[in-house]
Amino acid sequence: MFDNEMQVSFLGISQNEAFARMAAAAFASQLNPTIEELTDIRTAVSEAVTNAIIHGYGGKRGIVTMRCTIKDRCFTVTVRDEGKGIADVSLAMQPFYTSMPNLERSGMGFAVMEAFMDRVTVESELGHGTAVTMEKQIAAVGCDE
Amino acid sequence: MQGAKNLHRIHLWYAIYLYVKGDACMQIKTRRDGAVLAVHLTGELDHHSAAPLRAELDALLQDDGIGHLVLDLGGVSFMDSSGLGVVLGRYKILKARRGSLRIIGASKPVERILKMAGVYALLGQQEGMERGASHV
Repeated sequence: MFDNEMQVSFLGISQNEAFARMAAAAFASQLNPTIEELTDIRTAVSEAVTNAIIHGYGGKRGIVTMRCTIKDRCFTVTVRDEGKGIADVSLAMQPFYTSMPNLERSGMGFAVMEAFMDRVTVESELGHGTAVTMEKQIAAVGCDE
Repeated sequence: MQGAKNLHRIHLWYAIYLYVKGDACMQIKTRRDGAVLAVHLTGELDHHSAAPLRAELDALLQDDGIGHLVLDLGGVSFMDSSGLGVVLGRYKILKARRGSLRIIGASKPVERILKMAGVYALLGQQEGMERGASHV
């Protein structure tokens, strides 16, 4: 299997959430994933980009960078913002925890990422931003094996 | 096997087509029957589409005569956790007036998110029981 990578940067506004998940899914489609695997990737990317927009930049304009790689049959996506960062990553990753209950956030973003991807790691520094990296192994089918 | 791969590609290109065409926004159709308001949603439910949808639903729920809301998610092609906030927020409104909220028609991926958050249990209904049904 070939290795590949791509990177896109876009304004952290909600209009770009659909663009980001479609771009990630289009890139991952080289691995001939199932519809379910693609849905998992789209959903996880949507959560990470939404977090960058809502929590990273909190209404201010900023750039979100998404880098996707394919190595062997592993799809990896990193969503990075240069926003305010997360004070307590462990707390933020707790299911149903939200720092913005007034916005009707369910607090399930990280839980969804962890459920839909094989591995999720979060690096964050207060005042400098957050990078969420997610990996998913795509099963080989037919001539991909 | 080749057919299955082609099917994947067709689905992906269809999704890209929908995105480019502008169907990333939600469309809602409503039907009122006494105290029951049935709302059929079509499109992608994410953080971007959640805000206008929430506003539209809340405007409809200003009518105190509505005691029961049926959300038909049969046309929702994508939903992330932002959709949970919309559902749970409307549930609180209905619960405060001793009413109810019911979800029908959710696809498997949408159902998975709802189930993860325990929404079906909260609403007192079983997931998948009414997939594909439509009240609108």
